[in-house]
Amino acid sequence: MIRATFTLLIGLALCVCVALGFSRSNPPTGQDWALSMAFVICGWVTAWSLSWVADLTLPKAQTRWLVPTIFGVGVIAAWQAYVHASAIPGVLLPSPSEIYTKFVSSLPTLAADFVQTIVRAVIPGWLIGCCAGFLTALVCDRYDFLRRGLLPFGNLVAALPIVGMAPILVMWFGFDWQSKAAMVVVMTFFPMLINTLAGLNASGHMERDLMRGYGASWVATLLKLRLPAAMPFIFNALKINSTLAMIGAIVAEFFGTPIVGMGFRMSTEVGRQGLDMVWAEIAVAALAGSAFYGLLALVELKVTFWHPSYQRRR
Amino acid sequence: MKTDAAFRSGHSQDMAACAASIAMKHVPLLTVTLAIIIFWYAMCIPMNAVLTAPKIVAAGGGFANTLIFSWSEGRPVLPSPHQVFREIWNTVFAVEPWAIKSLVYHLWITLSSTLVGFLMGGLLGTALAIGIVHVASLEKSLMPWVIASQTIPILAIAPMLIVVLGKTGLPDIFTKASISTYLCFFPVTIGMVKGLRSPDVMQQDLMRTYNASSVQTLWKLRLPASLPFLFASLKVSVAISLTGAIVAELPTGAVAGIGARLLNGSYYGNTLQIWAALFVAAFAAAMLVLLLSALEKYSLKRMGTKA
Repeated sequence: MIRATFTLLIGLALCVCVALGFSRSNPPTGQDWALSMAFVICGWVTAWSLSWVADLTLPKAQTRWLVPTIFGVGVIAAWQAYVHASAIPGVLLPSPSEIYTKFVSSLPTLAADFVQTIVRAVIPGWLIGCCAGFLTALVCDRYDFLRRGLLPFGNLVAALPIVGMAPILVMWFGFDWQSKAAMVVVMTFFPMLINTLAGLNASGHMERDLMRGYGASWVATLLKLRLPAAMPFIFNALKINSTLAMIGAIVAEFFGTPIVGMGFRMSTEVGRQGLDMVWAEIAVAALAGSAFYGLLALVELKVTFWHPSYQRRR
Repeated sequence: MKTDAAFRSGHSQDMAACAASIAMKHVPLLTVTLAIIIFWYAMCIPMNAVLTAPKIVAAGGGFANTLIFSWSEGRPVLPSPHQVFREIWNTVFAVEPWAIKSLVYHLWITLSSTLVGFLMGGLLGTALAIGIVHVASLEKSLMPWVIASQTIPILAIAPMLIVVLGKTGLPDIFTKASISTYLCFFPVTIGMVKGLRSPDVMQQDLMRTYNASSVQTLWKLRLPASLPFLFASLKVSVAISLTGAIVAELPTGAVAGIGARLLNGSYYGNTLQIWAALFVAAFAAAMLVLLLSALEKYSLKRMGTKA
C-alpha cells in the first residue's frame, strides 16, 4: 500500500516536472521527442500506480471492472494533459476532448459511414463467410478425402496476406459494398473452416465409443456430441473473424468506394488533415468492434458454460 | 515412422503398405490442388467473356478460339495460372534484383520492415508478458487493455498512422514497422503469459528450495519452459507482420514494396501485376512460417523435448 501510494506520488510529481519542462521550452511545439517520451512514460506510471492503489484499497468484487477502467481513464487524462502541456499541433495528435466534440457534432456522417461499412459489408460478409466455412467443415468431416485435401490448404491460406485480394475483389464486384462484403467472406472463411474441423475432433474417444455403442447415426452423433464439444472452437473462430471482418471491409475501401464508408472517410480526412474526424471514426470502429466482441463473448458464456475455462472462474 | 521401417525392411508387402500410406497422405492434397487449377482455368472463360467475346467472334468462334483468347488476354479480369506464372518469372528471374521492375526488390522492401516490426513486436510482447507474470497489479490493469487494443482494427487505420508518423521525421522503415509491431506483440504476450506460467508447482517449489531469485527462476525455469508457446505465437506473429507491412505501404505515395505494387496495379488495371505480387507475398509468408517451424524443431531437439 505504501509502495503503491509512493509510486503514484512520484509519477504525478514527474508529470508536473515534464509539463513545466514543456512550458519552459520556447515555443512549445510538441516536437521535443525526449520530453514527449518522458511525459508518456510518466503518464503511464501514474495511471498504473493509480490502478494499483485502487486494487489494494477497494473490495475484491469490484476490482475486476474498476481497475482496468481506472487505468484507461488515467491514460486518457494523461493524453489530454500531454496535448495541452506540449501544445502539439492538432494535425499530429488531437486531444480526447477535441475528438469528443467532433464525434458529437458529426453524428449523421458517422452514422452513414457506420451503415455503409458495418451494416452492409461487415455483418453480411461475416455471416456468409462463417456459415460457408462451417458448412464446408461439415462436408469435409463427412468425407475424409476432402478433409485431407483441404486442411493443409486451409492452414496455408490462413498464414497468407489475404487482405491483398482487396484490389482484385473491388475489380470483380464493383466499388460499392458488395466488394467489401466479398472481402469479408474471403477473410473469414478459412479461420472458420480450420477451427470447426479442429473442434469436431475435440470430443473424447470414450464419448464417441459410447455413441457408437448406442448405434447413433453420424447426424445424431454430430448434433448430440460433436457439435456441442466443438462450440469453444467455433466461438474462437467467430471472435477472430469479428476483428478480421472489420479490417477486411475498411481496407477494401482504400481501393475504391462510393463517397461514404469508414475507410473512405479516414483516407480522405487524412488528406485534408482533419485528424479529429479520423479519430472519431477510430472511436466508432473500436466501439463497434468491442460491442461485437462482447456480444459474442456473452453468447459464448451462455452456450459453453460447461467448459473448464468458465467453470474455474467462479 | 511406419513408412521408414517399411523402406528399410524392403519386404514387398511392407513396400506396398508404404506406398499406400504415401498415397493416403498426398493424393487428396494433389487432387484438391488439381481441382482448383482446373476450376481456375474454367472460370477464366466466363470471367473474361466481357473482354474476349468480340475477339472470339471476330476470329470465327469455336471452342479452340475461346480457350486461346480467354487464357491469353492482356489485361484479364481473371488471369490464367500460366499467365501469372509467366509474370512472376519475368519480374523475378528475367530482371536484375535491384531494378524497380523486379519483384525481388519490392519484396525486399516489404520483408525488411516485416522483420524489423516482427523483432520489435516479439521483444515488446515478451517484455510485457514478463511484467504481467511478475507484477500482479500489472496483470489486472494492463491485460484487459492488451486484449482491447486488438479490437481496434489497426490494419484499417494503418495508412493514416503512417501518414501521421511520417510527419514526425522518423525513418520510413520504422513507421512501417510500427504497424507490424502493434500486430505482433499481442499473440506473443498472450502466448508467453501462458508459457511463463506453464512450469508446474513442483518445479517452482524446487527453485524456491534452491533459494533462487525471481530472475534466476525466470532465466532457468520459466523461459525454457515457455519456448513451445513462444514459437507457436511467433508463427502467428510473422504472418500478420507481413500483412501489416503490406497494408502499411498502401497510402498514396508509397513507391516501393508489395503493397505499393498492389495499389499501382489496381490504379492502372494491371491485373497480372496484382496477382504476381500476391503470389510472391504468399510464397514469402509460407517461407517465413516454414523457417520458424524449422527453428522450433531444432531448438526443441536441442532442449531434449520429444517433439
